[in-house]
Amino acid sequence: MGPLDANVILRNLPYLWDGLQLSLLLAALAISGGIFFGAIMGVLRMSSIRPVAWLALGYVNFFRSVPLILVIFWIYFLVPLLLGRATGPFLSAWIAFTLFETAYYCEIIRAGVQSIPKGQISAGVASGMTRLQAMRHIVMPQAFRNMMPILLTQSIILFQDTSLVYVVTLRDFMTSVATVANQDLRLVELYLFAAVVYFAICFAGSRFINRLGGGFRR
Amino acid sequence: MIKIHDVSKWYTDFQVLKSCSVSIARGEVIVVCGPSGSGKSTLIKCVNGLEPFDEGEIVVDGLKVADKADLRILRTRIGMVFQNFELYPHLSALDNICLAPMVVLKRKRAEAETRARALLARVGLTDHASKFPLQLSGGQQQRVAIARALAMDPVVMLFDEPTSALDPEMIKEVLDVMSDLARDGMTMIVITHEMGFARRVANRIIFMDAGEIVETRPPETFFTAPESERARVFLSKILGH
Amino acid sequence: MPTYNWNWSVLISQPYLGWLLDGLATTVMLALSAWMIALVLGTLIGLARTLPNPLLRRLATAYVDLFRNIPVLVQMFLWFFVLPEVVPQEVGHWLKRDLPHPEFFSAMMCLGLYAASRVAEQVRSGITSVPPGLSAAALASGLSLAQTYRYVLLPLGFRIIVPPLTSEFLGIFKNTSIALTIGVMEITAASRQIESYTFQGYEAFAAATALYLSISLVLLFLTRRLEARARIPGWIARGNT
Repeated sequence: MGPLDANVILRNLPYLWDGLQLSLLLAALAISGGIFFGAIMGVLRMSSIRPVAWLALGYVNFFRSVPLILVIFWIYFLVPLLLGRATGPFLSAWIAFTLFETAYYCEIIRAGVQSIPKGQISAGVASGMTRLQAMRHIVMPQAFRNMMPILLTQSIILFQDTSLVYVVTLRDFMTSVATVANQDLRLVELYLFAAVVYFAICFAGSRFINRLGGGFRR
Repeated sequence: MIKIHDVSKWYTDFQVLKSCSVSIARGEVIVVCGPSGSGKSTLIKCVNGLEPFDEGEIVVDGLKVADKADLRILRTRIGMVFQNFELYPHLSALDNICLAPMVVLKRKRAEAETRARALLARVGLTDHASKFPLQLSGGQQQRVAIARALAMDPVVMLFDEPTSALDPEMIKEVLDVMSDLARDGMTMIVITHEMGFARRVANRIIFMDAGEIVETRPPETFFTAPESERARVFLSKILGH
Repeated sequence: MPTYNWNWSVLISQPYLGWLLDGLATTVMLALSAWMIALVLGTLIGLARTLPNPLLRRLATAYVDLFRNIPVLVQMFLWFFVLPEVVPQEVGHWLKRDLPHPEFFSAMMCLGLYAASRVAEQVRSGITSVPPGLSAAALASGLSLAQTYRYVLLPLGFRIIVPPLTSEFLGIFKNTSIALTIGVMEITAASRQIESYTFQGYEAFAAATALYLSISLVLLFLTRRLEARARIPGWIARGNT
C-alpha cells in the first residue's frame, strides 16, 4: 500500500460536511419523533385496556425483532406506492427511523416510569392530588431524570444507525464518504476518516452523558 | 497461636486501628466487643489478610500475615464466618461445603462429600444437604457457613458478628453450634454483642473503641467491674435492654 | 394509487425460494460463528474490566469504547476494504485472493468483534452484580483469585445476565443484514434480489420479515429454556424482577 493521501479528504471536505449535516439532521428528526411517539406508545403499553396494551406490545416486539435495514427497504418501497408518486429517499428514511426508534424509546420510557415506586403516586394522591397530577409532578420528573442517560445513549446508537441509509443512497455522511472513496479510488483514507469522525462524535457524546449522569444523580 | 503486635491501619488520613496488640493461646475463645466503628471487623479481617494493615505484625500458627506467598496457605488454616453468611447461592449446601476442600486442598469428591455430610450432621442439618442456600432459613444458612469453614480443618475460626443478621428466634441455634465448637477446643475469635454467650463461653473479652484495644479481661471481671469509662458506657447501653 | 400486481407465488417458486433458503442458511451460519467469537472474546474482555490490574482494565475499556462508538456499517467496510490494504503484503494478498468467501469472513469478524464489546459490558455488569461478600468468603477459604472467578463470580455472573445476553444474540442476527453491503447473500440481500428480478417487492420483504420474526421466536423459546435452567432457587436479581 502506498502512502496515505490526506488531500483527498481535504479536497472533498465541503461535500463530506454536507453529508454529515444530513446525518445529524436525520438523527435529530428521528430522535425527537422517536421520543415523542415513544412516549405515546409507552402510555399505550401501560394502558389498562387490554387490546390497546396488547397492540402496543405487538408493535414494540415487531420492530425490535427485525433489522433496521429491512425496515428502511420496506418503507422506501412502500411510501411511493402509497403516495402514488416518487418520493426521495429522505422521506422514507425519516419515516423508517421514526417507526423503528419509537419501539426502542417506548421501552426506555416505560421502564423509566415503572421504576418509580407506586408509593410515590399514593403519597401524592394522599395529599389531595389527582392521579394525573401525581404522575405529572411527582413521577415524571423523577422518571425523566432516571432515564435521561439511557435515552441519550439510545440517541447515540440512532446516530450511528443513520449510516445505514447508505443502502438507499441517501446522501448522508456515510454515503458521501463511499461516493468519494469510489470516485477517487481512495477507500482506505476515506473509510478510516469516516471511522474517526463517527468515533469522535459518539465518544464525545458518551463522555458528555457520563458527566451528566453525575449531575443527575441525587 | 495468634500474636497480634502493634497493628495499625489507616484509611487515607483516618486511623482505623491504633497499635492493637493481643496474644491468643491455642484453644482460647476470645470475644471482641465494642461500639460500631471501633475497628473490630477490620482487625479480625487483618488476621486472615482480607484487609491489609500498615504497621505491626500478625503471626498465626507460626506464619506471618503479610507474606504474600503464605497468605493462601494461611487462609486454609483459618476459617471465617461472616455476618451475611455469604453462601454461594448457585451451589447446594453440600457443594458449598465441598468447594474449597476440593479446589484448594485437592481432595477427591467422594472424600469431600463424606466429610461434608459429617459436618452437616455436626451442625444439625443432615437432611438439608441438597437444599440451596436461599431455600434455607437464616439460622440454617449460618450453620452451613460454619460447616463450610470447618471443612478446611482450620486451627482457628474467626466469627464476624455471626448472629447480627439473624431473626431473634434463630440466634440460639447458631450460638449452640459455636459453644460446641468451643467446648471441643477450637481457638476462636468472635465479634458479637451476645453477652450471654460471651459470659458462658469466652476465656477473655476484648473491648475495642475507636480503633484501640481498651481492655482485655476475663468475662467475670469485665462485666462486673470494667476498668475504663468507655467500657462502662458501652456495657450500660448493651445490657440496659 | 397505482395498481400493484400481487403475486405471492414467487415466494414458492424456484429459484426465488432457493435464494431465500440460502439466505436463511447464510444468516444463521454468520450469526452463529460471530456469536462464538463474541462470547469467548467478550467474556475475556468483560472479565478483564473487573480485574485488579489497572493496565488490563484500561485496555479492556479501550476495546469496548472503540467498538461501541463506530457504526457497524463502517466497521464492516474497514474489515472488507481497508484491512487487506493495511496489513503486510503477503497477508493482504491471501485475504484478497486465497481466502474463500472473503466477504463472509469480514462480516463474521466484524459482527463477532462488535458483539464482543457488548457482551463484555454484560459480563462486567454480571460480575459486579455479585455481592462482594461472596468473593471475600471465597478468598477467606483459601481460593485464589482465578479460582474465585471460576467457581463463584463467573457462574453467578452469567446466570444473572442470561436475558440481556440472549438479546445480544438476537442483535447479531439483526446485524447480519448489514453484511449485504459487502456482498453477503443473507436474508435481506436475497429478498432484495427477488425484488429486483420480479418487482414483487412487497412479497419479498414480507418473506424476509417473516424469517426474521421466526428467528426471534425461536430465540425467545431458547431463552425461556435457558433461563429456567440457569435460575438459582430463591435468587432475586438486584434491580429487576
